[in-house]
Amino acid sequence: MVAFIIRRFIQSLFVMFVVALVSFAMFQFIGDPVNQMVGIETSLAERAALRERLGLNDPIVVQFWHFIVNAVSGDFGISYQHKRPVADMLLERLPATLELSAVSALFSLLVGIPMGVYTGLNRDGFLAKVFLTVSLIGISLPTFLIGILLIFLFSVTLANAPAISVFGLFAIDPSVLQLPSFGRGTVVDLGGWRTGLLTADGLKALIMPSITLGLFQLTLIMRLVRSEMLEVLRTDYIKFARARGLANRAINFGHALKNTLVPVITITGLQIGSIIAFAIITETVFQWPGMGQMFLQAVQNVDIPIMAAYLMLIAFFFVVINLIVDMLYYVVDPRLRVDTGKATGHG
Amino acid sequence: MRKTLMAAAAVAVLAGAFAAPAAEAKTFRWAFQGDAQSLDPYSLNETFTLGLLGNVYEGLIRRDENLQIQPALAESWEIVEPTRWRFHLRKGVKFHNGNEFNADDVLFSADRVRAEGSDLKTRLAGVTEIVKVDDHTVDFVTDAPNPILNAEWATWYIMDKEWSEANDATAPTDVTAGKENYATRNTNGTGPFMVASRETDVKTVLKPYDGWWDAANKKHNLTEVVMTPISSDSTRVAALLSGEIDMMYPVPVQDMKRLEGDPNTDVLAGPELRTIFLGMDQEYDELLYSNVKGKNPFKDVRVREAFYRAVDVEAIKKKIMRGLSTPSALMISPFLFSRSDEFKRPEYDPEKSKKLLAEAGYPDGFEVGMDCPNNRYVNDEKICQAVVAMLAKVGVKVDLLAQPKAQYFAKILRPKRDTSFYLLGWTPGSFDSWNVLYNIIATPADDGRGKFNVGGYSNAKVDELTAKVLSETDAKKRDQMIFDAYKQLNDDWGYIPLHQQGLAWGKRANIELAQRADNQFMLYYVKVN
Repeated sequence: MVAFIIRRFIQSLFVMFVVALVSFAMFQFIGDPVNQMVGIETSLAERAALRERLGLNDPIVVQFWHFIVNAVSGDFGISYQHKRPVADMLLERLPATLELSAVSALFSLLVGIPMGVYTGLNRDGFLAKVFLTVSLIGISLPTFLIGILLIFLFSVTLANAPAISVFGLFAIDPSVLQLPSFGRGTVVDLGGWRTGLLTADGLKALIMPSITLGLFQLTLIMRLVRSEMLEVLRTDYIKFARARGLANRAINFGHALKNTLVPVITITGLQIGSIIAFAIITETVFQWPGMGQMFLQAVQNVDIPIMAAYLMLIAFFFVVINLIVDMLYYVVDPRLRVDTGKATGHG
Repeated sequence: MRKTLMAAAAVAVLAGAFAAPAAEAKTFRWAFQGDAQSLDPYSLNETFTLGLLGNVYEGLIRRDENLQIQPALAESWEIVEPTRWRFHLRKGVKFHNGNEFNADDVLFSADRVRAEGSDLKTRLAGVTEIVKVDDHTVDFVTDAPNPILNAEWATWYIMDKEWSEANDATAPTDVTAGKENYATRNTNGTGPFMVASRETDVKTVLKPYDGWWDAANKKHNLTEVVMTPISSDSTRVAALLSGEIDMMYPVPVQDMKRLEGDPNTDVLAGPELRTIFLGMDQEYDELLYSNVKGKNPFKDVRVREAFYRAVDVEAIKKKIMRGLSTPSALMISPFLFSRSDEFKRPEYDPEKSKKLLAEAGYPDGFEVGMDCPNNRYVNDEKICQAVVAMLAKVGVKVDLLAQPKAQYFAKILRPKRDTSFYLLGWTPGSFDSWNVLYNIIATPADDGRGKFNVGGYSNAKVDELTAKVLSETDAKKRDQMIFDAYKQLNDDWGYIPLHQQGLAWGKRANIELAQRADNQFMLYYVKVN
């Protein structure tokens, strides 16, 4: 086990190194940062001097070496645009992205698994067909379009909708249901971690972005659970359990669902990485002040220090999540442990 | 005794109740597509950053709604000698932290704006010496007579010497130094608003400054201002429609009808100062991107006229800009040159264009590569596509390369100058023609002249006029020189000016504000009804 972790750790370092190298090679083609840093009246000589001082004239290998040496000591440099340390900026933005990712992962699990179980059990049910059809939308519509549609319905239409009178007794104003179209709402600072989970409008602001971000994963989980359920329900031990006269509930949830969850855990784990990485689009649509939005602006402005640090951080997330998932395999699947045990035992 | 006390208390409560509506909180929320990059007023020469800071800081002069120069921190000034300007500073002005404003702050700001890391060094170009005459009088000595010395000073903001020294912010933040500067995130100006809190790219909250020297004439009724950047166009429009914000800009051209059609929202549209134009390479002996080898077709004036006449600006206005543009005959906005109306744009004439091309030896046209930005100006890429189609009608085959601004500018600007035919926009920072002549039209030279004359148009007569315009102090003679220079450029068909793109701001119906043609948004004109 320890040898396995050490081996994986060394592999992870190598992966991060390659990511850094590839992203650095790409920065050469993204444009000139100096033109984005100065106003139009700055002279050519001043531009050249700035380029020299930033080290942009050095060979790429030298630039890469400086970056690696500084990054190892936790220094990712100063943002060209904002003139602030990149590490501080990423840390400020991290909570927003992580909260959004966690809530949408939770949403996709809590809604996706029951929907998957339901559609697996009632294959030909009307509602199951509706779920499956609707889930096609989650897969086929691009994220930004879903976001814009939600904004149009819940921010704009509800804000301007007339009050609805109920039997002439009292009126309901639809605008109380209006959701904010941008931003995080009010945040509370908990020792450097700015959270939107503790205020009412912070939670309200989370609803649309997390649905937008989580819809694809929801569909994925639902379809995965459904097909796994169908598979498991055909196996002998389920038939045997039925023959024993166990209650449907015990069979479906106690035996079947439990056995479907192994792949679901794996996939969910891996998807968390992509949720964090793909938050870029959702964050842009909803002006969510997370890392992804900052990254996108950095790309437009050729802010190399931010891009480099962000890509490294995302690579780090993926590596860590993969490591955890690998270790979970060990814990969840007894066969793996037995095999290595044998191998070491006899080898 | 007790009764009187209670009565007094009751009166106090009543007074409070009546006084309350007068101090009603007026929060004004607005959004722009990006955020100011820094709060340091010398770190970036860019319209939005300087515009936002113009609510917090002030210069010696300021511009009113119609961009006319008004006294601000300087009450008055005079030219004592052709190369010596004297500024009389306003007395009794206090910075937000209570420090007194005086001549030392002006001298300090002059040093800081010219320090390494400043992007506004050109504000004091040609100033050789600054003399403190007394605590409220400062002389600026220039190397040559300069009639527009203070034209760009509305955005040269005066900083407090004591505050900057106390906070170790005496020089603008230098990215290469590896640490941030106090002034990047903190402000201490003399302006009508103070920064109450700021989170870059998320939210900036401003509060009015009660001690503002011009508070007696203030037009706004705001008690709080919240600025949120919203980069996505559709989200910004949605936020205005839903009433979450009171004002936003820019309004995407395709959403203007929508906002105009809604009873709760209005669009304010007007011409901007920026002129969009096409440039042709007249410098290289052979075009970099063309099938014509051994010579440069653009060196032939007939080819340039043919290109000019092949472009239908009215069609671009109607189909691409949806009416939100002003076709231009000049390389400067008519707003900024008093004799603009004497120029008329030559007519769109594809037949004549074909004839000219044939005369020049290209009866079947030729091929040329075109460079275009796709995220810099309003509908820039679409304009280029239209130009490609229009030139195809006269037989010229254009190969278009549209790129994001980061790649685009690096490719076409000097020193690389890797282009044959390009689209560019220009706003003279000084609101004066000399800036246009010097940067775009004069022959490129090592001293910085013609830096943005990418195509290398060159005419000795124009160069001579440009040099004279800089030092001529008689307004009428000066305008005549500017007129002659533009006339010469047009006779040479040196550039193809297209239009001034439009400004479009969106607001809720209950908001009153003033739209300035330089696209700076001044909060002291805002009224919430």
